[in-house]
Amino acid sequence: MNIVVCVKYVPDSTADRHFEEDYTVDRVGVDGLLSELDEYAVEQALQLKEKRADEEVTVTALCVGPEKAVDAARKALQMGADKAVHVLDDAIAGSDYAATSLVLAKAIEKIGVPELVICGMASTDASGSVIPAMLAERLGLPQVTLASVIESQGDQVRIKRDNEGSTEVIGATMPLVLSVTDQSGEARYPSFKGIMAAKKKPMEVLSLADIGVEADQVGLSVAWTQVADTTARPPRTAGEIVKDEDGSGAVALTEFLASKKFI
Amino acid sequence: MSEVLVVIDHAEGEVKKPTYELLTIARRLGEPSAVFFGAPAQGDPVAEKVKKYGAEKVYVIDDAELKGYLVAPKAEALQQLVEKTSPAAVLIPSTFEGKEVAARLAIKTGSGLITDAVDVQEGPVTTQSVFAGNYTVTAKVTQGTPIITVKPNSAAPEETEGAAAVEAFAVTISDVAKTAQIIAAQPRQSTGRPELTEAAIVVSGGRGTGGNFEPIEQFADSLGAAVGASRAAVDSGWMPHAFQVGQTGKTVSPQLYVANGISGAIQHRAGMQTSKTIVAVNKDEEAPIFELVDFGVVGDLHTVLPAATEQVTQRKG
Ligand SMILES: Cc1cc2nc3c(=O)[nH]c(=O)nc-3n(C[C@H](O)[C@H](O)[C@H](O)COP(=O)(O)OP(=O)(O)OC[C@H]3O[C@@H](n4cnc5c(N)ncnc54)[C@H](O)[C@@H]3O)c2cc1C
Ligand SMILES: Nc1ncnc2c1ncn2[C@@H]1O[C@H](COP(=O)(O)O)[C@@H](O)[C@H]1O
Repeated sequence: MNIVVCVKYVPDSTADRHFEEDYTVDRVGVDGLLSELDEYAVEQALQLKEKRADEEVTVTALCVGPEKAVDAARKALQMGADKAVHVLDDAIAGSDYAATSLVLAKAIEKIGVPELVICGMASTDASGSVIPAMLAERLGLPQVTLASVIESQGDQVRIKRDNEGSTEVIGATMPLVLSVTDQSGEARYPSFKGIMAAKKKPMEVLSLADIGVEADQVGLSVAWTQVADTTARPPRTAGEIVKDEDGSGAVALTEFLASKKFI
Repeated sequence: MSEVLVVIDHAEGEVKKPTYELLTIARRLGEPSAVFFGAPAQGDPVAEKVKKYGAEKVYVIDDAELKGYLVAPKAEALQQLVEKTSPAAVLIPSTFEGKEVAARLAIKTGSGLITDAVDVQEGPVTTQSVFAGNYTVTAKVTQGTPIITVKPNSAAPEETEGAAAVEAFAVTISDVAKTAQIIAAQPRQSTGRPELTEAAIVVSGGRGTGGNFEPIEQFADSLGAAVGASRAAVDSGWMPHAFQVGQTGKTVSPQLYVANGISGAIQHRAGMQTSKTIVAVNKDEEAPIFELVDFGVVGDLHTVLPAATEQVTQRKG
């Protein structure tokens, strides 16, 4: 069985994230890492592999992004993925969801459509939660998204998830696209052994030409959406902070709420 | 004027407030046509409701054949409606389901997609709040039909009478769309409190509650508020995940957000930073949440909240 895990390289959410002059996300000037939410996807892929010990299961980490994005793929290898594919091409810079999903889909077809494509629930920078659905659409596969519990038997997959108003059980037959939430279980840390082993694992770098995508199908200039402006949120003006002493806190709080007409 | 398709957010025909916000926004872009996925018998009562917010047409798509599956059939249905109506835009509620329907629809129709808009103006030009609310981005769609998912509380619903002409729209759903099946669904029990994402006031608790949410719930009830929680509180099993506010929970943008025993991690901020007024109760004066607040109390939530609850209740008397 083959599993492809989509891992994105994102700017650290605790760093000072910002935009470039062309309104694309600065992915180079800010420390980046494997999107934390994709660690859960890698974890679930590895658990599946462990559960299916009697089969040959290959986990391939797939990453689309600039040169530094190789770090995200490498982290997946350190956690235990078997190999990694990095799609790297200058023309990709500034791609929107449509182009990113195209590159991912074409790369997956190039690797060979696996039984399972596993994604995180959202990237921590764009946080659209749309790439898994777009991938499924492009690959003509079912999507089973936002899983918190995953069970599989043979080619059957069942997941549990929290939807808006209910808890659901969803079922589908492989091949399919799966996305997992941060409720699916802590992701493992790379062990020392894992870090050493990762150095010897295959890391393939593919260009757009390698996966059969034309340069003019992707990138900022052909994006189906265009950013007109980005503005930093003005810092909130310092609020009033009181120390509670013998009940003064509750009085002040109630006063404040009343003054703002919340009571 | 071109039609603007608005997908109705509802549960069993109970229309939810974001629908009225979307209809209000749609009027800035063209003529609102509401799209109802549901039982045909509910079409007329639903039309009566959206009529009040200016829906000129109501397309009723019988969901008998769709509802047992995840989003793919809905996306196919919308594609067929888009082909028929050539709308100026498609507005979809920014729920996870809504975003996935939009994602598939965007690829199917070769259209640009903008997710999680907090405002949409003529153009359409959208506003999004990104990087945990630290930036606002304005954008537009440059190809195909603008497909925009809109967050709750993005507009104040404005009433105006529409024609609300009901039209049954027959769709054909392919077999490949019916491959991810909903095997079971267990509706969550209602708490009787307002919906978290729609509430005007949200009172949240974190690890600082120590697992006792009673002071949070009682304070919330005194204000008529929804209850929220941090991931730490959810991970500890104190509150169900549906109550989580933040990056991997709900984004809320209420008039008032009260964070109690919550430190204010970036992932929590991502879900509440755009609230109009922010209040915190935390016993650590160094807690990062205080950087965000309009008003803060350094104190123990277990004493401050019960006392405040009593005073609020008295004032409301
Ligand atoms: C990928 C990812 C996604 C995440 N998504 C989310 C998310 O969606 N939502 C979210 O909330 N978090 C999320 N987190 C977790 C986040 O980083 C924090 O760990 C979490 O928000 C902390 O919750 P907390 O503030 O309740 O707990 P803590 O950080 O432990 O803070 C508890 C606070 O309570 C105060 N306190 C203690 N006792 C009292 C008392 N008696 N009275 C008053 N105050 C008291 C303390 O001073 C402290 O400030 C995510 C993390 C990651 C990595
Ligand atoms: N550039 C990328 N490279 C690899 N995977 C990606 C990329 N962008 C998005 N993904 C995957 O799609 C998921 C959802 O992303 P998004 O729709 O941007 O929130 C992520 O958690 C990743 O698994």
